Amino acid sequence: MRVPLSWLREYVDLPVTETGRDVQAKLVSAGLEVETVEHLGADLKGPLAVGRVLTVEELTDFKKPIRFCTVDVGQANGTGEPQEIICGARNFAVGDKVVVALPGAVLPGDFQIAERKTYGRMSRGMICSGDELNMGDDGSGGIIVLPPETEIGKDAVELLELVDEVLDIAVTANRGDCLSIRGVAREAAIAYGLPLRDPALLDVPTPNAFGYPVQVGDPTGCDRFTARTVTGLSPEARSPIWLQRRLQKVGMRPISLAVDVTNYVMMEIGQPLHAYDRHRVQGAIGVRRAEPGEKLTTLDGVTRTLDAEDLVITDERGPIGLAGVMGGAATEIADRQPPAEPAAGTADAGAATTDVVVEAAHFDAVSIARTARRHRLSSEASRRFERGVDPAAAAAAAQRTVDLLVLLAGGTAEAGVTEIVAPSGPRTITVPADHPDRVAGVTYGRETVVRRLQEIGCDVYGQDELIVTVPSWRPDLAEPNDLAEEVIRLEGYENLPSTLPKPPSGRGLTHRQRLHRRVGRALAGAGYVEAPNYPFIAEQVFDQLGLEADDPARRVVRLTNPLNDEEPALRTSLLPGLLGALRRNDGRGSHDLALFETGLVFHPRAEQPTAAALPVDRRPTGEEIAGLDAALPEQPRHVAVVLAGAREQAGWWGRGRPADWADTVETARAVAREAGADLLVRKGQYGPWHPGRCAELAVTVDGAERVVGHAGELHPRVLKALGLPARTCAMELDLDVLEQVGEDTVPAPRISTFPVATQDVALVVDRPVPAAEVEAALREGAGDLLESIRLFDVYVNDDQLGAGRKSLAYALRFRAADRTLTVDEASAARDAAVALAGDRTGAVLRS
Amino acid sequence: MSAPNKSYDPVEVEALKPEEIERMRDEALAAFAAAGSLDALQEAKVAHTGGTSPLALANREIGALPPHAKADAGKRVGQARGAVNKAFAARQAELEAERDARVLIEEDVDVTLPYDRVPAGARHPLTTLSERIEDIFVAMGYEVAEGPEVEAEWFNFDALNIGPDHPARGEHDTFFVAGPEGGTESGTVLRTHTSPVQIRSLLGRDLPVYVICPGRVYRTDELDATHTPVFRQVELLAVDEGLTMADLKGTLDHMVQSLFGEGMKTRLRPNFFPFTEPSAEMDMVCYVCRGESVGNPDRPCRTCSSEGWIELGGCGMVNPRVLTACGVDPEKYSGFAFGFGIERMLMFRHNVDDMRDMVEGDVRFTRPFGMEI
Repeated sequence: MRVPLSWLREYVDLPVTETGRDVQAKLVSAGLEVETVEHLGADLKGPLAVGRVLTVEELTDFKKPIRFCTVDVGQANGTGEPQEIICGARNFAVGDKVVVALPGAVLPGDFQIAERKTYGRMSRGMICSGDELNMGDDGSGGIIVLPPETEIGKDAVELLELVDEVLDIAVTANRGDCLSIRGVAREAAIAYGLPLRDPALLDVPTPNAFGYPVQVGDPTGCDRFTARTVTGLSPEARSPIWLQRRLQKVGMRPISLAVDVTNYVMMEIGQPLHAYDRHRVQGAIGVRRAEPGEKLTTLDGVTRTLDAEDLVITDERGPIGLAGVMGGAATEIADRQPPAEPAAGTADAGAATTDVVVEAAHFDAVSIARTARRHRLSSEASRRFERGVDPAAAAAAAQRTVDLLVLLAGGTAEAGVTEIVAPSGPRTITVPADHPDRVAGVTYGRETVVRRLQEIGCDVYGQDELIVTVPSWRPDLAEPNDLAEEVIRLEGYENLPSTLPKPPSGRGLTHRQRLHRRVGRALAGAGYVEAPNYPFIAEQVFDQLGLEADDPARRVVRLTNPLNDEEPALRTSLLPGLLGALRRNDGRGSHDLALFETGLVFHPRAEQPTAAALPVDRRPTGEEIAGLDAALPEQPRHVAVVLAGAREQAGWWGRGRPADWADTVETARAVAREAGADLLVRKGQYGPWHPGRCAELAVTVDGAERVVGHAGELHPRVLKALGLPARTCAMELDLDVLEQVGEDTVPAPRISTFPVATQDVALVVDRPVPAAEVEAALREGAGDLLESIRLFDVYVNDDQLGAGRKSLAYALRFRAADRTLTVDEASAARDAAVALAGDRTGAVLRS
Repeated sequence: MSAPNKSYDPVEVEALKPEEIERMRDEALAAFAAAGSLDALQEAKVAHTGGTSPLALANREIGALPPHAKADAGKRVGQARGAVNKAFAARQAELEAERDARVLIEEDVDVTLPYDRVPAGARHPLTTLSERIEDIFVAMGYEVAEGPEVEAEWFNFDALNIGPDHPARGEHDTFFVAGPEGGTESGTVLRTHTSPVQIRSLLGRDLPVYVICPGRVYRTDELDATHTPVFRQVELLAVDEGLTMADLKGTLDHMVQSLFGEGMKTRLRPNFFPFTEPSAEMDMVCYVCRGESVGNPDRPCRTCSSEGWIELGGCGMVNPRVLTACGVDPEKYSGFAFGFGIERMLMFRHNVDDMRDMVEGDVRFTRPFGMEI
């Protein structure tokens, strides 16, 4: 809501020294979010004078038509002589009153006006357009042509109220009343402790039976309807400058007098109004719900198919307006120009409007909100009705409209006054007098509470228990806390003390939360940089990643309104985003990369019901909550890493080492170690990974092995499809499963202080035999005396070992808890280990 | 090597003659003096004091002497060995001093050589800043609560007093999740705030509830220098008997003091949120200029644009309707809540100019933040 300070001052006598910034500060602390204060005319300097065009000479020697004009500016130029001015605009004629910027004037944008030679003539000033004066949209797009009665030589800065301050207020959804100057003025009056001159305090005539006939068929949807008629409007009458200027300052475009007046009164009082051309309305005006499938062409020219919930205004032919949202084209006020689409059946279609019926009604907020949303049609009217309009101001708003039409268009107010009001009582709230004290933690006392509530317009009765009747313009006040807020904000949020509550002792972070932090630290400690990515993906990425057609990872959760239509799905893997970050970094010149991310992925459930709209007046049952959770996709937390370039850099210490598959497997092991989980690593083959360099990662859950991820080098095809560096490696794990199987409590090992006996063995096996199997067999065969086993060399040499064979060299360390082992004992354990490895894997001791 | 001679030989043993012992001693002293390095000295020590050295062998022969000669011989050998050991220690000290003065100096290295064999990793500053805030409250007794990112509309809106027709519901710029088979109605959304976690906490925990809810949230804003459709929030919820707005204020003050230092304070401005009543916007005093840039054009403050205050987020007393929807008796319990965006805080706390730097995963941005913030 844009509020010109000059307009605000009409209803509150703010101290003259108060600037827009001062008022802003006061209103902000009272709770209105004044976002900016616009200083109109701050960069404008006169002289600017009203002039009358005396002569126009068309200069035709130039690329565009140019006019050489003489303009009578009275004594404004000090001489009284006509002012000679070159002008490029054409929307004015001899005799028109215009705004002349005289030499020495400075227009917005530091545009200095001076005498200068142009188009072969001397130009001594400028005839101004609205744009040049930063006046806002006047609909003409050209030179300002003032009303003929405007006095020549008059100061145009004052006439056009070019200097002003405009507060721009972001009105919250609960304060519909502040979508009007009246509402903001009330807040300003309270903030300054000054009286308010309420523009809605008008004498209104008593309703009678001979007003324009109105039938309200849906009193729930429309609890109030006032209709007034004004006849004999002069079709020539235009909105006066002051009215146009106020509309421009609040951000509206002047259109025609009748429309401008209804808009003006809406801005002033907050009541949306509609003016119908009486000759284009047939029979009684009605309010009802639309028949399904009924059609209406609204003022914006769109023909809309109505819904049975839409509230409509009708005449005897059918809908003529979408109640509280937008009027219909068929009964539109006609300006001097004939309407684009004359309504059929009206006798004087196309003629300018002389008689109008003014509607000031009150509609149900929810109904208007739904209609506006359904038709994607948000208007000044619907914005106000959705947020709450003062029903008690309807009659006054109608009266104000009638008064202005009579005053400005020479109309006559008809004596008939229609007013249909559904019965309703005042709204009261019962609240303990100390309730605001208990909410704030401050002792205000009953007297202060009552006074503050009265200031905002409440009637208050009672002692310890207050019975508060809230004002008609504050439909948002419905509960004790609403009243508490009013008291606390008026007493000043800035005066609240600062105290600390004493929560019960907490249990600290959960196992899961600690794990997430630990994993992040472990990965960063290993040289990975965290790169969290958006979860939005394009499904083509699954093809690029080489997933099989029936891969479950292709089943995605989709958005109905993605930001980017190319990426409508939610990730089922962290890799697309993380590889994108890798590519971005690579493209920016960082080539040795190790990135990680932990985050949720999204898998639709096989059976996914729609989440129900549960009631809010009670706690949902356990079953209801379970129902909502069943409607959510599975959202496990994953961890992933990607690597490219050098893992170890070359330097003065020696050679570097490129990142390879083994780094990813080791990182998976490191993550599992943090989780306390036993990770099974075996040869795998899956989607994006190089078929020969892919590890499948699994854990044992409830006795069954479960694959929790993969690690290794990516497939060259994937690298090509995604534009990634050669030999890019990746790993991804389901962190939630690791967390479930992980041991939180590590049993302390028994440390033997007897000497260690070391035995090395080199075993020759067929090359495809996994080292992990050989090691497992050695471990099992060696028995309890084995303290540790470590593979220290892998050797391949067809000449020495035979084709297709490899040698694995292990260091075995034996130790007993209770004695020094003899050489024979250690050798026996080694031999048993080698024997079992031989049985299991065909391993033989290297000779 | 012969064993000690028990049936002693009356003939005097050659090796125990006084002049012979002196000779052995002098040879040892000469060898030590001649040793030019610690290694050479070590060799001389083995040769002259080891188990097979002449003095050691002579010592063994003492047992073969007649009883009257034993004492004399023992004394002579003992004195000689003492002199040898002393000479060794002295020469060793000499050589060590020489080594310290020369050899270690020759072994010097250039310690300014860079060592970036495995460049350091880092956690994202949004992660660590969120954790830092969590830790402040965990220290006070709060617990960290989490929830799903695809969330039921009831949790994200209805239970928070944002009914289907509430104007605020349309202002949330919500990502809607499609139903199965591409249907539009799933009743689920990408959560627009972490407030649904507050609802889950009230439903799932015993009262009183003191939780901090960090997490990723989503709004349909295009990415630009100051907006991102995916961002992080931290929200706090306290529901207990007798909680007041003063408690809210104190909790906020404590947080900004913990994060930005002593003397920091917050300011509340009335506002409206459906889930709190009363509601407020919260600002903190600018931690850089402490408000001194206001009206002081000579000392403009870039962090707060010379406003003196930095907008943090929204807060208020939990709307009794929210408590009711969670089965908490609003007559008995009251609560407060607040929430703010981590991106914004990172921006003003660390002078980040462009939101995009936080979302693009550029290692050059993240690395300097290290492990903690």
